[in-house]
Amino acid sequence: MRYPGFVLAAVLTSVMGLPAQAERGAQGQVNIIYWQAPSILNPYLSGGTKDLEAASLILEPLARYDETGSMVPWLAERIPTVENGDVSEDLTSIIWTLQEGLSWSDGTPVTAQDVKFTWDYCTAPGGGCAQAEKYSGIEAIDILDPRRVKLHFDGPMPFPYSAFIGAQSPILQKAQFADCLGPRAPECTAQNFAPVGTGPFVVEEFRPNDVITYTANPEYRDPAKPAFARVLFKGGGDATSAARAVLETGEFDYAWNLQLAPDVLSNMESAGRGRVVSAFGTLVERIVINLTDPARGLGPARSTRAHPHPFLSDAAVRQALSLAIDRALLVELGYGTAGRVTCNVLPAPAIYASDANDACKRQDIPRAKALLDMAGWIDSNGDGVRDKDGVALSLLFQTSTNAVRQDFQALIKQWWSQIGVETELRNIDASVFFGSDPGSPDTFQKFYADVQMYARNFDGTDPAAYLANWQCDKTPTPENQWQGSNISRYCSEAYDALIAQMQQTADISARAAIARAMNDRLMQEFILLPLVDRGRVAAHANSLGGVRLNVWDSELWNIADWHRKDL
Amino acid sequence: MSDAPLAPVPGLARRVLHQPGAVLGGGLFAVIVLAVLIGPLLWPIAPEFIDVAARNQGPNLAHPFGTDQLGRDTFARVLWGGRISLAVGLSAMAVALLLGTLVGLLAGVFRWLDGPLMRLTDVFLALPLLPLLLVMVLLFRDSLSGVFGPEGGIFILIVLAIGGTSWMNTARIVRGDTLALREREFVLAARAAGCRPVALMLRHILPNVLSPILVSGALGLSTAIVTESALSFLGLGFPPDFPTWGRLLSDAVIYLADYPARAICPGLAISLTVLSVTYLGDGLRDAMDPRLH
Repeated sequence: MRYPGFVLAAVLTSVMGLPAQAERGAQGQVNIIYWQAPSILNPYLSGGTKDLEAASLILEPLARYDETGSMVPWLAERIPTVENGDVSEDLTSIIWTLQEGLSWSDGTPVTAQDVKFTWDYCTAPGGGCAQAEKYSGIEAIDILDPRRVKLHFDGPMPFPYSAFIGAQSPILQKAQFADCLGPRAPECTAQNFAPVGTGPFVVEEFRPNDVITYTANPEYRDPAKPAFARVLFKGGGDATSAARAVLETGEFDYAWNLQLAPDVLSNMESAGRGRVVSAFGTLVERIVINLTDPARGLGPARSTRAHPHPFLSDAAVRQALSLAIDRALLVELGYGTAGRVTCNVLPAPAIYASDANDACKRQDIPRAKALLDMAGWIDSNGDGVRDKDGVALSLLFQTSTNAVRQDFQALIKQWWSQIGVETELRNIDASVFFGSDPGSPDTFQKFYADVQMYARNFDGTDPAAYLANWQCDKTPTPENQWQGSNISRYCSEAYDALIAQMQQTADISARAAIARAMNDRLMQEFILLPLVDRGRVAAHANSLGGVRLNVWDSELWNIADWHRKDL
Repeated sequence: MSDAPLAPVPGLARRVLHQPGAVLGGGLFAVIVLAVLIGPLLWPIAPEFIDVAARNQGPNLAHPFGTDQLGRDTFARVLWGGRISLAVGLSAMAVALLLGTLVGLLAGVFRWLDGPLMRLTDVFLALPLLPLLLVMVLLFRDSLSGVFGPEGGIFILIVLAIGGTSWMNTARIVRGDTLALREREFVLAARAAGCRPVALMLRHILPNVLSPILVSGALGLSTAIVTESALSFLGLGFPPDFPTWGRLLSDAVIYLADYPARAICPGLAISLTVLSVTYLGDGLRDAMDPRLH
């Protein structure tokens, strides 16, 4: 085989360049700023993202999600599936196998005992484990041999990947936490502030609610990593100053969660020291349509299925409302790089994202008008508002108080007025709107309005529970104190059948097909109008390499691969 | 007691005109009122019209105050917002002055009312204002907008809510001055001549406490304008696309560093209004104060 000269040269330079790169701790210190400061390094005692992510440098799970949302084995050797025999045919048990030769940062080996102990720790009575939900459904854990554990579920589990997956449920060292079970968990300050882990770094000093310094883990399984010898993890401040510290002054290499106005961020980025990066998960800003009548005169039957909506129960009206919206402009004005247009309520992970609804990406006012004309909604009295049989297309549009949402309301009101729909706007304080207080008339569950706008996402990567939100039975009603997730009051037997089918399907690609079908049904009946897929935004210095922003797991999930680039 | 101590009107007008502060303040206030009344009729751009292509502009010929983040004309919005803010501010101020003066006079003149009324004032002062307003809005919004329509209902509610929760300072000031006046010779003389308590209050005490009332009224106007914006911000005032000075100001705060004009224009409008009303009040007080003549 013959290679052209430049390929050889490239190979040679890369080989010669490697030794300097491939030495653990050769590249000094990396500075990270989180504008919320971590207060504990044990993810089982805190639900806060800041704490989970600070702990993710030290503690690691058996498997985690990469930036595309697919599962990758981490401490485990492989992902268990029915095909490779690790998940039983009846879906009631799963076997995890640890990699060979793993050791804790104190030099002792990682064993199946530690995995089982982690479950004991989180499910011990009186412990108040913040991640208990991850372990729900596990009946027992058997230790098969020092590297293998078998989890038994209390019933068939079509998606068994919850325990020991992701930054929320990493493996703890049994030797360190053995005396910290149950009510004693919060008292173990030494352990909770400096857990022994398998990750690329170990805690050197932890000052709660201020700063953490880490040093490279001498026992880390890849001898060439991490490239940095130290990490300085500073907490506190606000999003604007954190962005400035990376993008303008260069004091820090990485800043987290920078939800700032698009032009503020782009002005800072133009200083040339760093880059803004974003990644997209499942958080979708949407307009939810009320299929029931919210008229004040109906008393307790307001916004219940007893009275269908006078005009929003007409699918043509709902479609026209969707067509009139210029989603690209909403993204540009409201979110910039932190948002993208979506036509799906389930926009990610990639295998679940449908491409059947992409028509919504273009605003089409003439078509919206034609649709309304065809459906018989015409402006018969010349007041600029379409009507039919004495019912005028006049809407109350509510949302929470938030500068971006009020801008969206104003824009959408103007577009809807162009197709002959009159809109009255209302904004409600977020703590009331999302407060779920059955005594308040202004909650999003009561939905005493015709349309409303907010954002929702789901935890993890499996959309089954999220899509089940539109089940007929989950409608908020006065009988269930307005608790329920089916805010549109959608009710379809075919959709409920898909939910049931999803609960019995284990194969990932079959599940994805059902999920897409459910998404398409909601979208094509215009039950809700997705607007913007909102992402996570972070910033890193130009000299920092290896950042792969991940919305499915800790943002610092691959910090072992971070390195200093030559500029 | 038929001839009131208040000077006849032509005399009052002449004395007001001799106060340069009052003339300046009154003139400025008249200009502002005229501008917000007539301005929106003359200015061609509607306040809610969105022109995304023209967003984030600084002051220029087409948009003298610039445009906001959606391309709405700030000048049109300031003019429109002035109507609502002035109407809310003046009406709420009137409600607060009426209540405060009444409570203060009653407490000052009738000894047996002093204790209960002042404790009531203390209770109102101790109540956290915003939560109280939120409860009022929540309880009465629907029933009021059912009777007066969404905008009319909110207007009445906001005026009553702000007026009903900002009368306490006026009441305390009026009571204090009344107590001092009550022991003065001319009041004792009037009482000795058989003047009834109500007449005593209206003819002898009220004209003498008018100056602090007017000053607290001028200050109350600005508070009312800003409180309205706080309510709108919490989602309990006017609909979000309804421009008011307070809302324009609070919307502009996040853009303060990049587009300061957007906050300065409504802020200046509020300041000028308050300043002109204060000067006018000052002048009126001097013109009416019997001791200065």
